[in-house]
Amino acid sequence: MDDTPIPLAQLAGHSPDHDFQSLLNARGLRLPPLSIETLQVNLTKLCNQACRHCHVDSSPSRTEALPPEGVAAVLGLLARHPQISKLDLTGGAPELHPQFDELVRAAVRLGKQVMVRHNLTVQLDGHPQTGESKAHLPAFFAEQGVEVISSLPYWQEFFTDSQRGKGVFGKSLTAMQRLNAVGYGIEGSGLLLNLVYNPVGPYLPAAQAGLEADYKRELREKFGLHFNRLYTITNMPIHRFALHLRKSGQYQSYMDKLLSAFNPAAAEGVMCRSLISVDHQGRLYDCDFNQQLGLAVETGSSSSLADFDFEALMARRIRWGSHCLGCTAGAGSSCGGATAA
Amino acid sequence: MSSYFESEDLAKFGQIGRHAPKLAEDFFKYYGNVTATDGALSKREKALIALAVAHAQKCAYCIDAYTTQCLETGSNPEQMMEAVHVAAVMQAGITLAHSVQMYNHLDKLVL
Repeated sequence: MDDTPIPLAQLAGHSPDHDFQSLLNARGLRLPPLSIETLQVNLTKLCNQACRHCHVDSSPSRTEALPPEGVAAVLGLLARHPQISKLDLTGGAPELHPQFDELVRAAVRLGKQVMVRHNLTVQLDGHPQTGESKAHLPAFFAEQGVEVISSLPYWQEFFTDSQRGKGVFGKSLTAMQRLNAVGYGIEGSGLLLNLVYNPVGPYLPAAQAGLEADYKRELREKFGLHFNRLYTITNMPIHRFALHLRKSGQYQSYMDKLLSAFNPAAAEGVMCRSLISVDHQGRLYDCDFNQQLGLAVETGSSSSLADFDFEALMARRIRWGSHCLGCTAGAGSSCGGATAA
Repeated sequence: MSSYFESEDLAKFGQIGRHAPKLAEDFFKYYGNVTATDGALSKREKALIALAVAHAQKCAYCIDAYTTQCLETGSNPEQMMEAVHVAAVMQAGITLAHSVQMYNHLDKLVL
């Protein structure tokens, strides 16, 4: 995978035809923040994989990571704000952060619901730069009661390996077996394993409920695997995926598709209304996509973990861009799947 | 240089109403009611049927449109290719079934 930096303007399409704020104005929609229920922290851009759709441009060669003082600031923030009930850890592969285990333990001690965006294969691949094993993760997750959210683009090898790399499907199944073995995805265990589907190209996800039923049936019958919920997520037209769209001449048609599928009910449920995203330098954003585009929160007084001001952030105006059409198309899309299913 | 069957022309389908708006409106309403709803058949099943018909009728626009629609309703390439084989085998069967007509006439002609 080529990691050459790509100019921002090339990746965040700003065609006037796809202006999200104008669309909201035309529909008479106002979408102020509703809460800050979730703190979503992008711990590191390092990943053992380099997926073709990745909006973070993560890969085994990335090195950016939240420093120890940032980890301490996250924990301090969680301790001071009981309103923030969830810590959502993402990346890259967040488990590759040197303080991942320590952060999870401390957040759980604070009584927070901890969610990990776990790519499954890191259990088998380990750390791509040091070779450190990550085989302990299923037992660690279970011990801490972490909610595991894992991408599996399809219940067949073809789609999964096309998007996430050769051999990923097989390794993902092995990792799921290990999670199932400690209780994840097993009814009555209380250990949640939720899977994420996203299309393997410029088209919208199928209906979440129908796909979930397919996944459950096929994974159970073919591989004896279990999980709880399936979240359908739309591919965001930014960074690596946007570059693919432009190179293949499909950018305009994909944006037109997202625009024509705009759903006001999905807009009401966008995740940026209830979370704050944090980058590896402790800066704050409305969501992980804005983070990757460098669109920091607009408050004037609260821009980082160091000056986190709950009230100022609740009063902020969320920054929209044409990529927001990805969260509002069809049944909607969020880190928790469809928002208007 | 002008050419026929440009993929961008698919987006112009709505223009069929330019000189017959009421008929186009009736058609699109019927089209939407049949293809865009879950009924006795699911949208997924209808998309697979449409993909097979698109191949049988050799409509490049429809093949593009229903390849996307099949993916967006949850089908996979294996299922889509089986649908194309249904179209293919039906066409082969229809061709071969017409040999009955040939034999009927042959029997009439041959002493």
